[in-house]
Amino acid sequence: MSLMINTKKDNPGAAYTLGPLQAGPPCCVPEPLIQVDNLSLHYGAKPALAKVSLDIYKGCITALIGPSGCGKTSFLSVLNRLTDMIPDCRVLGHVYFDNKDLRHPTLDVQALRRDIGMIFQKPVPFPLSIRRNIELPLREHGMNKAADLNARVQQVLQDVGLWEEVKDRLEAPAQALSGGQQQRLCIARALALRPKVLLMDEPCSALDPIASGVVEDLIQRLRGQYTVVIVTHNLAQARRIANYAGFFWVKERAGCLIEFGQAKQIFEAPVHELTAAYVQGKRG
Amino acid sequence: MSLSNTDRQLAALLRVGALLAAVIVLLILWFLFKESWALLRQVTWTRFFTDASWHPVAGLYRITPMLSATLYATLGAVLLAAPLGIASALFNQYYAPPLLAAVYRRLIGLLAGIPSVVYGFWGLTTLAPLIGRLHPPGVSLLTGILILTLMILPTVALTVDAALAAVPVASIRSAAALGLSRWGFISGVALPTARSGLASGTLLAAGRAIGETMAVLMVAGNVAGQPHSLFDPVRTLTANIALEMAYATGDHRAALFVSGLVLMGMVLVLVGVAEWFGKERSYV
Repeated sequence: MSLMINTKKDNPGAAYTLGPLQAGPPCCVPEPLIQVDNLSLHYGAKPALAKVSLDIYKGCITALIGPSGCGKTSFLSVLNRLTDMIPDCRVLGHVYFDNKDLRHPTLDVQALRRDIGMIFQKPVPFPLSIRRNIELPLREHGMNKAADLNARVQQVLQDVGLWEEVKDRLEAPAQALSGGQQQRLCIARALALRPKVLLMDEPCSALDPIASGVVEDLIQRLRGQYTVVIVTHNLAQARRIANYAGFFWVKERAGCLIEFGQAKQIFEAPVHELTAAYVQGKRG
Repeated sequence: MSLSNTDRQLAALLRVGALLAAVIVLLILWFLFKESWALLRQVTWTRFFTDASWHPVAGLYRITPMLSATLYATLGAVLLAAPLGIASALFNQYYAPPLLAAVYRRLIGLLAGIPSVVYGFWGLTTLAPLIGRLHPPGVSLLTGILILTLMILPTVALTVDAALAAVPVASIRSAAALGLSRWGFISGVALPTARSGLASGTLLAAGRAIGETMAVLMVAGNVAGQPHSLFDPVRTLTANIALEMAYATGDHRAALFVSGLVLMGMVLVLVGVAEWFGKERSYV
């Protein structure tokens, strides 16, 4: 239960609301939404991930930590099948999303990516207006009525705290926004599709400290309503926001999961000595 | 900032190069004016549009038939080549398997390298008789348009191909992560991103079509009359100069220089438009 209280304490008096946040499922009831079983991944002959197994719990924030090149981003890319786009990429093992085989060859990948959104390290607004950036994926997925589109655009921009900043210039180019605003726009664009899961690949590392703080607060507010898997090199940030944490390390030239558990345990009472050394800043 | 000696020498060299290029353009313009002046000071410029016909030896200087032939031929060729070229570039970038794309790109490059007289030769011996069967005489505006289309197609295809290749990989990944289909990505992201490339490719191609002489001269029929249908033989401004320059003297010669000036003016307008497109906002 302490995990939920955390949200409010770290984010006092937030001026905007992220929809019915508190109505979301409490994340401290561990109900797995994604189950990863014995996942291995190779780029050509080069192994990138070896035998990773873990559960991603519904409504929680799961942080993946570890040094660069240990397969954390590859792991994320498996979850929304972006690995399909990489030639020579071979994936072995099982991944279940909502109890369905996520790697099944006949799975509708577009629908999957609608359910599992992704945010990248560098914000990538399309060269369109702010409004069109959010409308584009909505139209693609069949929302065509102007009233619906407008309502959704306003709602997600409010959710990411961008509405007050941009409501008078929705037709302005998205690329004119600051880095932090661009990243929040990208999060809004992903939220517009009402995904169940958000994968975040170092979403704050290209931002200045203030913008990074704003985005971090936003991620906090996603808890409960969305399931978040975040890769971060910022251990302090992982400690502040994560409910669960997984520590990756390179062993025999392939990334593997050394330890996975509640964030509190990983950071305060790690079982494995490598984890202990890493979270205390002695290695990595 | 202080410049080193080598920097200073290089700067001087580059300045001379730039100056030379600019001076040559101005010299050509000055030369055109000088040679046209003999006629321009005798007759008002409106006579080039209001005289009864083009009989320069008899003092009739109507260039409108040639001007419209050039405009129609260019417009027709651009209208055909732009969509074909864009489609070819889209195929190359997003649909063709890598090996086929490489071969295809080579072929298009080869098409750009064929000398214009060879196009004209082929047009005269193969295309014109075919069109003649449809509607005599065969050598016509339509034949000219088709040959020009073939000639400028590689310009459009290669410029647009390069512009599409410059669409950032991050945009492609982001679009995929939002569940956009291939066509959704192309129409929503890739084409808007490559917009200025599309415009400049088309304008470059138009410039080439305006200036092309030999191939059009061989297939268009060269009758200096106002065209009323696609099957009418026409004479373009460039063909007019090439055909008559050899024996023209006095005012006749000056009249040809006037058509040269008009051509130069058209190209300047195109360059201006291209410049404007380049500066225009890069989003929709």
